[in-house]
Amino acid sequence: MTSNATPLIEFKGVNKWYASNGYHVLRDVNLQFAKGEKVVICGPSGSGKSTLIRCINALEEYQEGTLTVDGTVLGDDLKGIDKVRREVGMVFQQFNLFPHLTVLENLILSPTWVAKMPRKEAIEKAMVQLERVRIVEHAHKYPLQLSGGQQQRVAIARALCLTPKIMLFDEPTSALDPEMIKEVLDVMIELTSQGMTMLCVTHEMGFAKAVADRVIFMDQGQVVEQAPPQQFFDSPQTDRAQDFLSKILGH
Amino acid sequence: MSTIFKSIDARPMPGSRSGPLAWLRVNLFFSAGSSLLSLGLLALGVWVLVASMDWAVLHAVFNANLQSCNELRGVGACWGVISEKGRLIVMGRYPEAEHWRPVIATALMLGVVVLSCMPRFWNKALPLLWGVMLAVYFVLMKGGFVGLTAVDTDQWGGFPLTVMLTVISMTLAFPLAIFVALGRRSSMPAIRTLCTLYVELIRGVPLITVLFMASFMLPLFMPEGVKIDVLLRVVVGITLFSAAYMAEVIRGGLQALPKGQTEAAATLGLSYWQVQRMIVLPQALATVVPSIMNTFIGLFKDTSLVTIVSLYELTGALGLALNSDADWRPFKIEAYLFITFIYFAFCFAMSRYSLWIEDRTAVSKVR
Repeated sequence: MTSNATPLIEFKGVNKWYASNGYHVLRDVNLQFAKGEKVVICGPSGSGKSTLIRCINALEEYQEGTLTVDGTVLGDDLKGIDKVRREVGMVFQQFNLFPHLTVLENLILSPTWVAKMPRKEAIEKAMVQLERVRIVEHAHKYPLQLSGGQQQRVAIARALCLTPKIMLFDEPTSALDPEMIKEVLDVMIELTSQGMTMLCVTHEMGFAKAVADRVIFMDQGQVVEQAPPQQFFDSPQTDRAQDFLSKILGH
Repeated sequence: MSTIFKSIDARPMPGSRSGPLAWLRVNLFFSAGSSLLSLGLLALGVWVLVASMDWAVLHAVFNANLQSCNELRGVGACWGVISEKGRLIVMGRYPEAEHWRPVIATALMLGVVVLSCMPRFWNKALPLLWGVMLAVYFVLMKGGFVGLTAVDTDQWGGFPLTVMLTVISMTLAFPLAIFVALGRRSSMPAIRTLCTLYVELIRGVPLITVLFMASFMLPLFMPEGVKIDVLLRVVVGITLFSAAYMAEVIRGGLQALPKGQTEAAATLGLSYWQVQRMIVLPQALATVVPSIMNTFIGLFKDTSLVTIVSLYELTGALGLALNSDADWRPFKIEAYLFITFIYFAFCFAMSRYSLWIEDRTAVSKVR
């Protein structure tokens, strides 16, 4: 925001409606994300925060405005989508590992088929990522043989195998048992020290306070407020954010 | 001060629940009603067995002796009909002197099918093997060169014809069904409409009608002088018919797959066809193995309908062998039991294979 360099990701007046029911899910979104920035996006359910980050790797299309990711304007151009997807890794709430492939096969799928990397090299790189998320010993197991926390760490490793510039996290800990949330957050915190650009939709306010450069608060498809975590948590500017924070921090 | 948590060791479930006696008690005699039902069914089973043994074995005639068969009509089975007519039933109208050809060709075809069923042979050489097999098969069956007498396709019959129609139609219908199923979910309206139209049209018509159309109507629309072999027309008919049903089965499997799978694959940069081939189809097909096998087994038995266009596969050949022979005609039941056995053996093998492959593909799903 403060930097003068071109932003890595830029939303300019983006509006989106769901094709199925005409619901106006993103309303006049204007946002910029700098390279290396860590941003936490929060807000009540249905506020459009998942949809917002899903636009960045073209899982969702938008109808108005422009969304630029690393110099590529996302639109109907399929080539642009391919390019962007190679630079953007994504981690889902439900992990979305491929259950019919082993952990290692999940990891090398994209490097071998999309990046055309030789299998041996892909395996070596995959093992490095598995080491990073501390899951090497399960490399030859199937995803459903692992715990939720382990599966989510595999999913992070899988996204990292493409050496993305940007990582998107869509509520990565929301489907996990309380005991497993920490192991996933630890891996994510470790990633922040690598200078990668990270956008994370989460309700883990502890994580936001610890690593985020900026917190974005959304409601009803709008960006209501954005501020550094300290400022956002201590003195939220809008009544909507105050109300939200009192509900999630209250207990 | 805190107490230290001590875990209790797991121990086996109490009470002896193993052994045949325990099994009987749990499964057959757990209450007065169930005991009564079990005994009743046992008695019925014994009675059926004794009665049928009486007919099928004790009073049966095993050699092709028409006189003793006629004497024991209604009392004992006449298995002699099989040694007398078996060859005609199994081989149909194929010239008798050349019977070795369908035997070798069919054995070869079944051999390749069995190989293809084993995942360890699923590699790039397999399509090549199929190509060679089909070439050898048709050269052997049709003849006309390399010193083999030519045998017209309308002479092919009996069990080899059943096998050939099933195997070729299955092999063609399966990939077609996959494309149609994917097509019905396509984002392109033209493709979607075309696939839906095809499925609904075929499903709205009985197989007999499809075969009849393929055989008698199609030639009317062909330009003068163009003749498509009857066998080819029938294969196309059966293929189109089963593919429509199978496409719906596969679509069911596609529907069952969580959307997150394709999304995750897309975010990894995989193309549409890569996603379908490596992520979607392996999982979707694994969930519908039982229903696909259902369609295959149905197809195997439906080949008997080709009699309608004067092709005499196993069932048709039986009629051919017995209807024209007044002496042996009364012993049709025995002959039908004979082909029942053949059909059953193959269908049973197919269902066992289906169970096995289901088991195999389920490995990754076990938690």
